[in-house]
Amino acid sequence: MSRAGTRVDAKKVNSELFTLTYGALVSQLMRDYENVEDVNKQLERMGYNIGIRLIEDFLAKTGSGRCYDFKDTAEKVQTAFRIYLGITPDITNWSPSGDEFSLQFESNPLTEFVELPDHCIGLKYCNVLTGVLRGAMEMVQMDISSVFVRDHLKGDSCTELRIKFIKRIEDAIPAGED
Amino acid sequence: MVIYGVYIVSKSGGLIFNHDHNVPKVESECVFNKHPIDLKLVNENKKVVVSFGHRDGVAIGHVLTSLNGIAVTGSQLDDGRDVFEAIENPANFPLTLKFARLRVTTNEKIFLASMFYPLFALASQLSPETKSSGIEVLEADTFKLQCFQTLTGVKFMILSEPGQVGLDILLKKIYELYADYALKNPFYSLDMPIRCELFENNLQALLEQTEKSGNVSHI
Repeated sequence: MSRAGTRVDAKKVNSELFTLTYGALVSQLMRDYENVEDVNKQLERMGYNIGIRLIEDFLAKTGSGRCYDFKDTAEKVQTAFRIYLGITPDITNWSPSGDEFSLQFESNPLTEFVELPDHCIGLKYCNVLTGVLRGAMEMVQMDISSVFVRDHLKGDSCTELRIKFIKRIEDAIPAGED
Repeated sequence: MVIYGVYIVSKSGGLIFNHDHNVPKVESECVFNKHPIDLKLVNENKKVVVSFGHRDGVAIGHVLTSLNGIAVTGSQLDDGRDVFEAIENPANFPLTLKFARLRVTTNEKIFLASMFYPLFALASQLSPETKSSGIEVLEADTFKLQCFQTLTGVKFMILSEPGQVGLDILLKKIYELYADYALKNPFYSLDMPIRCELFENNLQALLEQTEKSGNVSHI
């Protein structure tokens, strides 16, 4: 008899474990820094360090090629969210020049079970994601910036991450690719 | 499928990992019964090297490693005598000389790896077509080098038997191992030499499995 239904993929973990671990990290940072601005910055930095490593995992597992426009990039970012967080954010609000878009999250595994207390109103709870995106893109020679413009936790109807293309990092493009 | 070795070169051109998998050992012993010996030996780079002559598996370029069972260091025997004097002296015959093809040292590997880097870039510039990649396959009559450059600029290389197919799939598998075991190791810093036991073990297992099945796609 096949027991495929009960078998757990070794590389997949329960998202609640992840949510709680991240929660522990943020609350520890709040205790260490006592200042939401510093915590936001730290989260971004940690995300960056995760991103520069995670990109290799993404490329190795999906075998995806280089993006030649930002629409391509947006789709790949969407795929990455599906792979790593199990959610598929919507790509919306393209700027007319096609260098800026938003990712809208209906649900976000990072913020499950989370309520922001009053003294944390400036905290960008998921700021690690902006860092991950920046780090990962930098490794494939794209300079981007991203910022949370709407947040479930702050009473908005959804969470929205705005991503802006700044430039291609020309001098870092590996030989044989430019 | 025989794989001689795996190399990883960082974005900046430094060798960050090498693994000798199955390098054949070339070693041969010759007995010389009377003076003089019919091989020309010279002192080259502080080693005694065969410069001309060919017999019993000994060929030009092989290095003298021992004389009558006494190891040779540089051009000196371990008992203090000079190699050339010992060979010239008819009283020492019969002589048993052991020759070997020396393995590449780590320093030489680092040097060779950083040498490949500009060659790779040069190839893409020399290309008559635009948007050419760098060198992906380099073939010689005794080996084949297959190179895979990731989008982030890291190069993975395999040395194998000539005519080997399926190396591109194997390279992608190695890339996955690198992403899993090297990069997810919190104690590994990017662009530094990879010293991760898990990575090494899993790579070894992958290579052995590939060699056994002879075909990468079965894994």
